[in-house]
Amino acid sequence: MGRYVIRRLLQMIPVFIGSTFLIFFMVYALGDPVAALFGDKAPDPATAARIRKDLYLDRPLWQQYVHYMGQIFKGDFGTAFNGQSVTDLMASAFPVTLRLTCVAILIEIVVGISLGVVSGLRRGKTIDTTLLVATLVVISVPTFVTGYLLQYLFGVKWGWVRPTVSPDAPFDELILPGIVLALVSLAYVTRLSRTSIAENAKADYVRTAVAKGLPRRRVVGRHLLRNSLIPVVTFIGTDIGALMGGAIVTERIFNIHGVGYQLYQGILRGNSPTVVGFVTILVIVFLVANLLVDLLYAVLDPRIRYA
Amino acid sequence: MPEPEPQPYDPVGPGENEAVAPTGQGGAMDLALDEAESLEKPLDPDPSAPRERARSLWSDAWHQLRRNPVFVISSLFILFLVVISLWPQLIASGDPLHCELSKSQQGSSPGHPFGYDTQGCDVYTRTVYGARASITVGICATLGAALLGSALGGLAGFFGGWGDSLLSRVADIFFGIPVVLGGLVFLSVVTSTTVWPVVGFIVLLGWPQLARIARGSVITAKQNDYVQAARALGAGNARILLRHVAPNAVAPVIVVATIALGTYIALEATLSFLGVGLRPPTVSWGIDISNAASQIRNAPHMLLWPALALSLTVLAFIMLGDAVRDALDPKLR
Amino acid sequence: MLLEVRDLHVEFTTRDGVAKAVNGVNYSVDEGETLAVLGESGSGKSVTAQAVMGILDTPPGRIAGGRILFKGKDLLKMKEDERRRIRGAEMAMIFQDALSSLNPVLSVGAQLGEMFEIHRGMSRKDSRAKAVELMDRVKIPAARQRVADYPHQFSGGMRQRIMIAMALALEPSLIIADEPTTALDVTVQAQVMDLLAELQRELGMGLILITHDLGVVADVADRIAVMYAGRIVESAPVHAIYRAPAHPYTRGLLDSIPRLDQKGQELYAIKGLPPNLLAIPPGCAFNPRCPMARPVCRTEVPPLAEVAPDRASACFFWKECLGA
Repeated sequence: MGRYVIRRLLQMIPVFIGSTFLIFFMVYALGDPVAALFGDKAPDPATAARIRKDLYLDRPLWQQYVHYMGQIFKGDFGTAFNGQSVTDLMASAFPVTLRLTCVAILIEIVVGISLGVVSGLRRGKTIDTTLLVATLVVISVPTFVTGYLLQYLFGVKWGWVRPTVSPDAPFDELILPGIVLALVSLAYVTRLSRTSIAENAKADYVRTAVAKGLPRRRVVGRHLLRNSLIPVVTFIGTDIGALMGGAIVTERIFNIHGVGYQLYQGILRGNSPTVVGFVTILVIVFLVANLLVDLLYAVLDPRIRYA
Repeated sequence: MPEPEPQPYDPVGPGENEAVAPTGQGGAMDLALDEAESLEKPLDPDPSAPRERARSLWSDAWHQLRRNPVFVISSLFILFLVVISLWPQLIASGDPLHCELSKSQQGSSPGHPFGYDTQGCDVYTRTVYGARASITVGICATLGAALLGSALGGLAGFFGGWGDSLLSRVADIFFGIPVVLGGLVFLSVVTSTTVWPVVGFIVLLGWPQLARIARGSVITAKQNDYVQAARALGAGNARILLRHVAPNAVAPVIVVATIALGTYIALEATLSFLGVGLRPPTVSWGIDISNAASQIRNAPHMLLWPALALSLTVLAFIMLGDAVRDALDPKLR
Repeated sequence: MLLEVRDLHVEFTTRDGVAKAVNGVNYSVDEGETLAVLGESGSGKSVTAQAVMGILDTPPGRIAGGRILFKGKDLLKMKEDERRRIRGAEMAMIFQDALSSLNPVLSVGAQLGEMFEIHRGMSRKDSRAKAVELMDRVKIPAARQRVADYPHQFSGGMRQRIMIAMALALEPSLIIADEPTTALDVTVQAQVMDLLAELQRELGMGLILITHDLGVVADVADRIAVMYAGRIVESAPVHAIYRAPAHPYTRGLLDSIPRLDQKGQELYAIKGLPPNLLAIPPGCAFNPRCPMARPVCRTEVPPLAEVAPDRASACFFWKECLGA
């Protein structure tokens, strides 16, 4: 197990470097941060040169990258062009998005797996067919359409919830945005757990469990579910990245001042330190989530643990 | 040592090897009669086998698809979309860029069934013309990603070795970047108003998924006995790859690519919604939805039609892929 | 009588029609007796066993008729909960492929102990101790150390011993072993079979041994029931059958055993294919493959009739067969 963790950690390093460098390259090499800083005004050449020097922009790209990463590991994400430190922005934005993502993942796991189990155990029955069609529809309607639709229905027309989220984003106001954010992934989780349950239900070891005279609840709960959840866990892990990306859309619809909102502002204004800083953190979150999933995977499946 | 290979991002179903199961035993026997070996070696354990063997995987799948209403409806709808994206004039006489501010947000009127948007453009005409951008992006991006992905993934799976490891790590890097985020960063610096940057971006982030599928199914196909037999008979790599492995590995790639096409269209709309995808004067459902969204309280019809068109299009492709997968995977029947 | 299967019919609904897997099977097993059920794939021998255990997949399977009497009570009339309490505790099954039949993500100790937890209400700790005891009993070395191991960490033979231990856990009065040694190496087959026979004698259980291996049968079985196309075609004490089969199908099976004293000769094989269960031939199901078939065999179904004390055959021409 220990060797397995170390191997996974080592594998993460090149992926981390590759992903962040790719983002770094896109932001710094394809755009011109200094031009963006001055907006429509033509920059004063001397000032521009000074800024370039301060920001290491006069060096080759790889040196900029190394310098930047060095700063990051000292906890310095640089300063946004409006003078606010990127770390401060993160401190205000990440807790909000973290809450939103937690709500979404919770909904995804609880609702998605329950529906998938129900559907998979009644394969071919009305409820299964209905759920299958419903999940396809949910997958097909883009998040921003469902977002506005639910906001309009629940927030405006029926007035059940606040249509937009207040700046400190308490949990109860995040339920509707959480549902919107989770909806597509929820449909995938439902379908995946359905397939997995239906497939495993035919497995020999389930037959053995029945032949042992175990009650149905125990056959499903202890024998079937645990084996079936392995691919679902993997999906949910890789989905954390997609959720954080999706948060950009959700946060825009519900006016939530989280990571997506800050990133969106940063990109619109060409605020490179903000963008690179936030994306780097997101990549780390994504990789750590994947690592945790791999470990959870090993806990669930001893064949991997002891391989 | 088996590694917990991350599941491919397969939107509608199970893992990568699902669709490559060999053509079915079908019939009664595999349902319940599960004794392992025939008592008499020369006997075929499955009496229905001789009849089944005559049908290949593809003709069998086609036979099943033709009778599947989901497949028929979704492919007819897709055909319709392709036709109107080539010749939108067929069903819409107006000009999508011709707008009269005086008619801003008006409801439907004769000749203008869907009403007008904020700029006073005809929503019906814009919805019809919007198909072109979505279909173009969807098809081009899928073709690009599928060709690039299956070429790289297939070769990596076939030859293995360091090239395979390298490809897997490079794919990991691309998987490490959330798609919408990457799109925002990458496309915000582009100024072109054509569809090509969006297509290019989707190919860039989409190929690793298809490469994984192709790699997995090539590895599965490669281990088949008839491939070993061909090798033993002295067939060269190129011949084995093209004649024996590729035809048996291509099914899952086609299935995943079809489903991906739907999700790429949704992705284009999302990027356009965020203002970094397609840009005016290109007519796009995503842009129209974005413009309509802020006016949902005053004029919901502006949102309804492009949103409906977009959702139905994505749905059609996903359903098509789903139907094809069911047909190609006898195990799930 | 411990178990009596009376005129059992099982059907499977498939895309291509209704497959009649079991068509009126009768057999019985007494305490301490070993009944070998012999037949090709698709003869219905496993399906019958699954119907007895109550683990048939329904749908597509369906019990279309008959009775299964266990200690005098009809299992098919019982409520599911009542049947469940019998499963595992009073009758148990050993499956062919132990690797896929054991849950890959639970330790063998947990899977063995579960029997005591559920049926006997024991604590987890006590049931784990019982699991170690069981593993000792089926002669798994270092049981105490291995109780927390997972199925994939054991060899094929050891895994099958665990399956046997699981079946024996609550000392049931009936064990059904479905091809228990088919998936094993030949050398291990004998050890596992001996162990099973030894434990059966010790505990005085009834044993139904489902197999297609005539070699295994001769050593351990008391009686043989030969199945073909969902029907018993011959039933007799083991030695009687080996001396002289009373059905041409049984004869075919015996003749197709490779023999050392016939080196160089061509191996015998029953000609033709097993019947398609969706369209079982009219008359005797075996008639298209039977070397002795006459016109009557194509029109009338031969009943399973007593041909000697304790001996039955479903062939019109059993006398000829015995004499041949």
